[in-house]
Amino acid sequence: MSQVNSEQFDLAHLAKLARIDFSQEELDTLRPQLLAILEYVARIGEVATPDVEPMSHVFKLENVVRSDEVTPGLSPEDALSGAPEQRAGRFAVPRILGEEE
Amino acid sequence: MSNQQLLTASAAEIADLVTTGKVTAAEVVTAHLAHIDQVDGAVRAFLDVDAEGALRAARNVDSKRESGEKLGSLAGVPVALKDVVAQKGRPTTCGSRILENWHPPYDATVVTKLQDADAVIVGKTNMDEFAMGSSTENSAFGPTHNPWDLTRVPGGSSGGSAAAVASNEATVAIGSDTGGSVRQPAALTGIVGVKPTYGTVSRYGLVAFASSLDQIGPFARNVKDAALLHSVIAGHDPRDGTSAPDSKKDLIAAANNSDLRSVRFGVVREMRGEGFAPAVLDEFDRVQELLKSLGADVQDISLPHASYGTPAYYLIAPSEASSNLARFDAMRYGLRVSPNPDATVEEVMSATREAGFGSEVKRRIVIGTFALSTGYYDAFYAQAQKVRTLIARDYHDAFSAVDVIISPTSPTTAFKLGERVNDPLAMYAADLATLPVSLAGLPAMSLPIGLSQEDGLPIGMQLVAPAFKDELLYSAAAPVEAALEKQWGGPLITKRPPILSGSR
Repeated sequence: MSQVNSEQFDLAHLAKLARIDFSQEELDTLRPQLLAILEYVARIGEVATPDVEPMSHVFKLENVVRSDEVTPGLSPEDALSGAPEQRAGRFAVPRILGEEE
Repeated sequence: MSNQQLLTASAAEIADLVTTGKVTAAEVVTAHLAHIDQVDGAVRAFLDVDAEGALRAARNVDSKRESGEKLGSLAGVPVALKDVVAQKGRPTTCGSRILENWHPPYDATVVTKLQDADAVIVGKTNMDEFAMGSSTENSAFGPTHNPWDLTRVPGGSSGGSAAAVASNEATVAIGSDTGGSVRQPAALTGIVGVKPTYGTVSRYGLVAFASSLDQIGPFARNVKDAALLHSVIAGHDPRDGTSAPDSKKDLIAAANNSDLRSVRFGVVREMRGEGFAPAVLDEFDRVQELLKSLGADVQDISLPHASYGTPAYYLIAPSEASSNLARFDAMRYGLRVSPNPDATVEEVMSATREAGFGSEVKRRIVIGTFALSTGYYDAFYAQAQKVRTLIARDYHDAFSAVDVIISPTSPTTAFKLGERVNDPLAMYAADLATLPVSLAGLPAMSLPIGLSQEDGLPIGMQLVAPAFKDELLYSAAAPVEAALEKQWGGPLITKRPPILSGSR
């Protein structure tokens, strides 16, 4: 298993993917912590050999479907009850595109 | 009956007293609410106490009885709910700023089941943010204190629920266990905590952390109460796609077992070396002698890959968390922070998550994002899933020779508040005995087995049974509990020093 090369570890890019606007100070604290964690978890490479089947779930699960019938659900009022902003019975969101997009 | 007696009574006793009309549910809950007022300023187990709702629920139970209706098995029993479980109209924060003012518009299935059993929900308990942590110090609303020693952690992530039961603020409590979050705090506070077999308790209304591992479980001050609560919350739920079929097993009957002669215990050879405190091992060794004296068979077993449980877990759980927590996007519920009036959706989302999540949650989201990202998925996430297979095989092999596998629940007793907060890897070490069990999806219990000779704090033993054989935990634990209580002259929890008052 490949060790994480600290030069290649692009924390700013990961932060962007994770949608967290870290401060520079936080990034500086996080970086050594994350590298230490990744170095530690890389130990699994010692035993995770190609012949072992990965296990994604504890028990065999089939896709679960229900019959296509209308059942009671949340009312629109309930569904919107926690919304930071709503307008005309809908979730109101900030604009999607920025200036340069 | 005195208030003190009501506070220390078992759930079974309270349900019996309320059902027979010897005590009213209102009296029971009033005694508990008064006690919460007295001590929770010091313990800080609760994030929200619903005095009004609890009294209303209790009076409702009493009037049902008066009108001759049959009462449920938890009639009038005060229950505390970990704040990761949705309760309609009550604040549900998951210990996070991002959900600070969220009031769910629906009840979790466990809440409905508790209400149907005539339990009285007294409030929501503190936890590590989104159940990520082993000390309850990652709560955005401040830590919970261990009732045995207020300068120490109660364990986590369900530390509030454990502390509420250990301090007699609630008779039983609901927690959730992803990597040990019920078992470890139970061990550190001297009570019983159970993680049922994965999938056997509905997760509808449980805010998701790591979906292939999350499981709701009971806290109680004795084995029978844990069985009682476990029986109420278990069962198939069409609203949870991963929920297992109903079990026909009678957990309460199992908890009445008094014979250990037919039980074969396997002691995990790998869970006694590095990291385990000598005082913890001393008590664990003593209990093995007790098991033998009760006629049980005790032998060593090996889980060769157990030590890889911690690194595998800290890849799998963060990966699933990074995906699950993507729902906190500042659009439909929870906090919204706008960096400027013209900010785009993405900018609002990033600013909200920066402000709303605490450090451990952010660390895990970034680790998970990394492990699932292009170029690293095969090297990290897929490898961790292979380790999961190896650990599950280890348990499978071990169960060919024994019925129940035992080890200490936690390698140490409760540590000091603040001692590990800035060292994530030291904190992760608290779960080394519980994580492999979670990865294999097995049922497990932490049972109090004594106090440390070194610091006088409680120590727990973890019992693990094969999948869907949760009843074995109870039939094995009950005779051990009875024998230990005979030695101690009562339940371990009665040895807890009084909590010096701290008003809310």
